[in-house]
Amino acid sequence: MVQSLRRLKESPSQTAGPYIHIGATPNFSGIEGIFPHDLGSLPLSPEVKGERIVVTGRVFDGTGSPIKDALIEIWQADAQGLYPGPGERRGEADPHFPGWFRQPLDGTTGVYRFETIKPGIVPYFDGRPMAPHITFWIVARGINIGLHTRLYFDDEEQANAADPLLARIEHRLRVPTLIATRGDEDGKPVYTFDIRLQGENETVFFDI
Amino acid sequence: MRNENSSHQGGSFYQRDRSWHPPAFTPDYKTSVLRSPKNALLSLGNTLSEMTGPVFGHNMLGPLDNDLILNYVQTGEPIGPRIIVHGQVLDEDARPVRGALVEFWQANAGGRYRHKKESYLAAIDPNFGGCGRTITDDEGRYWFRTIKPGPYPWPNGVNDWRPAHIHFSVFGHAFAQRLITQMYFEGDPMIWQCPIVMGIPSREAVEQLVAGLDREATLPMDTMAYKFDIVLRGRRSTLFENRMEGN
Repeated sequence: MVQSLRRLKESPSQTAGPYIHIGATPNFSGIEGIFPHDLGSLPLSPEVKGERIVVTGRVFDGTGSPIKDALIEIWQADAQGLYPGPGERRGEADPHFPGWFRQPLDGTTGVYRFETIKPGIVPYFDGRPMAPHITFWIVARGINIGLHTRLYFDDEEQANAADPLLARIEHRLRVPTLIATRGDEDGKPVYTFDIRLQGENETVFFDI
Repeated sequence: MRNENSSHQGGSFYQRDRSWHPPAFTPDYKTSVLRSPKNALLSLGNTLSEMTGPVFGHNMLGPLDNDLILNYVQTGEPIGPRIIVHGQVLDEDARPVRGALVEFWQANAGGRYRHKKESYLAAIDPNFGGCGRTITDDEGRYWFRTIKPGPYPWPNGVNDWRPAHIHFSVFGHAFAQRLITQMYFEGDPMIWQCPIVMGIPSREAVEQLVAGLDREATLPMDTMAYKFDIVLRGRRSTLFENRMEGN
């Protein structure tokens, strides 16, 4: 026998279930008056620096059907590539930018939508620049442990080509599953990022 | 002083032990069949994107946010067993995680959720909403007061019932620690028959989600108490990192 390392085990994950909205977005689910607003749902304040963008899409299951009960959280750097939270020691991020947002899928159409800014460049752990990206975390009924992925932008072709993370994806055909497509809505860039949980064009998910 | 070693500081997170967590594909939990990726996850060493995370201040909390007995009162108090749930949020090195946002949601005493897509015939309690939140103190402690939820039937097998449970969502100090789980109650026989619980590979890991009845914290003639500690991923000390940050 050797001495015990005495580490604890992480609490095991469980599915968020179909009624995650009660806890995460109670106002959306019709429970009003407990919290003033759903956390992570407030619009950006006008002081936030950076290019306004919309990020939208749907989440598909293994039959290609859009699911309607997922919840998505995103986490991203500010326009300068600085994260507004502990752990960021390179400088002070935009004080008006929360960096984190949470939205349910629309219960009828399955569409999600975030109004945010385009993030700046963040270094990889070896210092090389990563292309602008947004971290996605998806939870839902049927998902036992939250799925992590990243959104990259199709108008950042050069940066994407040099991105050290995208470069690690051995199956090059899968890289486009992480790249959102730019469109336009009243002059504002709208990036469509569909997530496929399983099967054809399955999105790349990460063990972070 | 041990808080100075809290997970605000440090390097990358310990690798998640995915043999301890439920796998994505657990066919007895039917919805997982079409919602589980077929491909292996791509391992990504922690970058700043995963080692940072949002921070939430106590100033966002309302006075009743951790009191589900009172935070949706319309005509009187909700019906059901009054309980306190309390515990600590720790990391894998048993260090308290202070300032962690903990959110919780649940059904009422009859197993009925207040949700427009829920149609179980058990009655809605007009005085029970079913959600709350709090932020851990300097020792990583949290507590809230609620009504013990009832079990509820769900369309999985023809006669499947969830054990009584409270859903938990926890934010640590980094997005890599993000966790959603469920708390069960000591002694509930339904725990060991539930396909969602049994997706967890080991009995020991399941037991980590079962809150014990805490007689010492129980308020006589008032409220029973359950203790539920939550463990988030720990992180390496930068002392042992094999590379300098930013290099």
